Amino acid sequence: MSRVKALIRFLWDFVIGDDWRIALAVLLALAVTLIVSGSSLAVWWLLPLVVVVILSISVWDVARRSR
Amino acid sequence: MNGTQAGLIIAVFIACAVETTEALTIVMAVGVTRSWRSALIGVGVALLALAAITAALGPALTALPINVLRGVVGGLLLVFGLQWLRKAILRAGGLKSMHDESAAYAQESRAAGDAGAVASGIDPYAFLVAFKGTLLEGLEVVFIALTFGSNQKNVPLAAAAALVAVLVVVGVGVMVRAPLARVPENSLKFAVGVMLTSFGTFWGGEGVHAHWPGGEVALPFLIAGYLLFALLTVAALRRLQAAHAGVSSRTARA
Repeated sequence: MSRVKALIRFLWDFVIGDDWRIALAVLLALAVTLIVSGSSLAVWWLLPLVVVVILSISVWDVARRSR
Repeated sequence: MNGTQAGLIIAVFIACAVETTEALTIVMAVGVTRSWRSALIGVGVALLALAAITAALGPALTALPINVLRGVVGGLLLVFGLQWLRKAILRAGGLKSMHDESAAYAQESRAAGDAGAVASGIDPYAFLVAFKGTLLEGLEVVFIALTFGSNQKNVPLAAAAALVAVLVVVGVGVMVRAPLARVPENSLKFAVGVMLTSFGTFWGGEGVHAHWPGGEVALPFLIAGYLLFALLTVAALRRLQAAHAGVSSRTARA
């Protein structure tokens, strides 16, 4: 069991990393893009926007905590 | 060769060079301090494990329909790239200590020296540390090479770029017989973070049917945009750190 836990922990660290909100934001952005792309609306801009916003939030959180 | 293939070669080569530099530092430290034979056997076993993982995952990935592959693998690459870019921004902005191969080598050597007497035959400490270091750094390389290669339907090109990087770094390491402290790792990681994030955005978007303006022409714009954003964020963090240091020194003097 401890080996399974260790493997899960390794995979979590490897893929998700220090801030799980980044993975969640990317997942949500991909899901919304998939849904909206079925309509006539252009949605290519959503993913880059989410990247910039979530990276800003994650970095500024570290900056705020370090003060 | 088109622009996307050139980007694939550059990103895989740089990422692989950085990871090989880190693995080389670990292997050299335990090789010099403990046992070269055991360390090299550890590296060999790790390379076999990596080859097995690549052989198992490579064909499975390339067999997926292209949109599923780009959506899932592009998304994973984007999350992975954002981790690299986040760390690179924090390091460049002074909020996280820079990776230093000389310091890593000294620390690894101290730990190896403190691990007791060297065993006759295969030294378990040297074997395990070299195995783990090579496997963990190698997994990142395999992940990047496979995701880039499978998305471009050109795994051999990605594998070739990775192999050349390994040969160059190991060759230089053997020649200088010291950790490669002069490799600008932090700058390279910054560049790789931007590339992975850009390619991940592009492929992830295509996988969920987003239509990029201009098709592949959008990719250089994504790279330039993310690079500009990352540099501006670093500049802002440095200004913030400087302002904070100024306030602290004035408070200390008062």
